[in-house]
Amino acid sequence: MSGYLESQLIILCLNVIYAYGIFLPAASGQLNLGAAGFITIGAYASAWFNASGVPMYLAIPAAMVFAATIGFVIAFPILRTRGVYMVLATFAFAEVVAGLIINLEFLGAAAGYPVDSHADYLVVVPVTILVVLLCFFLMSTRLGLAMRSIHDDEAVATLFGVDVRLAKVAAFTLGAALMSLGGALYAHHYNYIETQTFNVLVSIYILLYVLLGGTQTAWGPLIGAAFFTIVPEALRQIATASGQAWIAESRFIFFGAIIVLMMVFRPEGLVTRTLIDRIAMPFGGRSGPARAAGAV
Amino acid sequence: MADDVLSIEGLHKSFGGLKVIDDVGFAVKRGSRTALIGPNGAGKTTIFNLLTGVYPVDGGTMVLDGRDITHVPAKDRVIFGMSRSFQNIRLMPHLSTVENVMLGQHARARRLGDLLYPLGFRPRNRWATAAKEALEEAGLETYPGQVVANLPYGVQKRIEVVRAMVSQPRLLLLDEPAAGLNQVEAQQLLALLEKVSESGVTLLVVEHDMHFVHNLCDHVAVLNFGKKIFEGTPAEVNDDPLVREAYLGSDTSMAGRGAAEGAADAS
Repeated sequence: MSGYLESQLIILCLNVIYAYGIFLPAASGQLNLGAAGFITIGAYASAWFNASGVPMYLAIPAAMVFAATIGFVIAFPILRTRGVYMVLATFAFAEVVAGLIINLEFLGAAAGYPVDSHADYLVVVPVTILVVLLCFFLMSTRLGLAMRSIHDDEAVATLFGVDVRLAKVAAFTLGAALMSLGGALYAHHYNYIETQTFNVLVSIYILLYVLLGGTQTAWGPLIGAAFFTIVPEALRQIATASGQAWIAESRFIFFGAIIVLMMVFRPEGLVTRTLIDRIAMPFGGRSGPARAAGAV
Repeated sequence: MADDVLSIEGLHKSFGGLKVIDDVGFAVKRGSRTALIGPNGAGKTTIFNLLTGVYPVDGGTMVLDGRDITHVPAKDRVIFGMSRSFQNIRLMPHLSTVENVMLGQHARARRLGDLLYPLGFRPRNRWATAAKEALEEAGLETYPGQVVANLPYGVQKRIEVVRAMVSQPRLLLLDEPAAGLNQVEAQQLLALLEKVSESGVTLLVVEHDMHFVHNLCDHVAVLNFGKKIFEGTPAEVNDDPLVREAYLGSDTSMAGRGAAEGAADAS
């Protein structure tokens, strides 16, 4: 595999993992703009464990447990907020994390932090596939059904016996673990981290992947992250190949236009439940009965 | 009383200075089909919301099947054997018909093993099969995989009943089940509810359509301004002067579709 393709594949994989970390809370109706915070925690925790002598394959899970614990603890106050207030609360959390680390000398502070062990695509790609499978599995379970019910109507879900708070905390915590996994893989792949890398723009883009991809099915974050990773890069390639520099320069205008158009024409995201039923994919949405009904 | 599936005593609820429920008490006999009627704003839906735990009570007790549920959290009340439908349809719009019905099963599937069972990967699992059977029994077998938002109103109303039924309640609360239905749809719903009642489930119905009430119910409680003003059989309710003044209107021969309008005139 060429170096260029490999680097693009890694970026795609990391974006997909981050996206699923935001998707799990989003599927139960929570908007999380704190991706950068959990990615930072995962990256620095794994790097620090690794530097303290823990081998990488243990440091990454340890970092996930650490981030999940933080996610679990802050889930309780944060989940008391709703909508735009939750967006602000999670954003504030990410800023606090960045502010803390930039002042911690033993993590390199503003100078950044070098990471010992290296993870190449032979680690990143299989882990990404596992994450995707795990999320498809999770959304197919009764817990996934409960999460989607909460997204639609929290009060009614409660009346049918769904423990709304438990489901929301579980989704938020699992999301935190996945984002920290992405952060840890980033740290071990690039072997150098600094807090500025994981800024608010990262959080915004990841939330956009998920919202524009669609929160109703597990396909949404996969398609959303892939689309928004590949399209801008492809536009840049086309510009280089054709010698038309204006394409590269104006690609963010195209990008912005695509986002606006999608909000107009597909406000519930690129991939919706109905779309999956129509294509009749073998899994992800219970499409078997839909086909049967269509045949009647 | 052992043959009461539900008994309410001294129930109070105020929103600010407004007494919405004022010392209401009544009992629902096991296996009965009880109607709760009254003019708009009388507090009927509020009683349902107090029963299911949407709001906390300000005073009084609610006993379901011998167990005091007054302070049980909303999410646990369904386990005690009570389930409901809603005045405005509140199915989950992004879920399919079968998934909506499977949500109704949630109260019986709260263990970790059940929560992590991959319903979607195994289309023929016992939960989905049971949900489809419940839909078939209600004559709704043609729509299992469809997202409910696109289904006809009357069908959605009946799916709500099926969803409530799969939680296996002993008491089914129905909030204006016939509202907005045409004659044919109301007949289909009536048939479904009679079937439900014959299976041993007690019905408590809020309804404005007196024709529907007369066809379905064997017992009536009437609320007005948060107070119970009458309790008895549907035959007696037409002759009660208080109820006629508050709700039915003076011309009782019109005790059919004109009842609601009559109530508006009377108030």
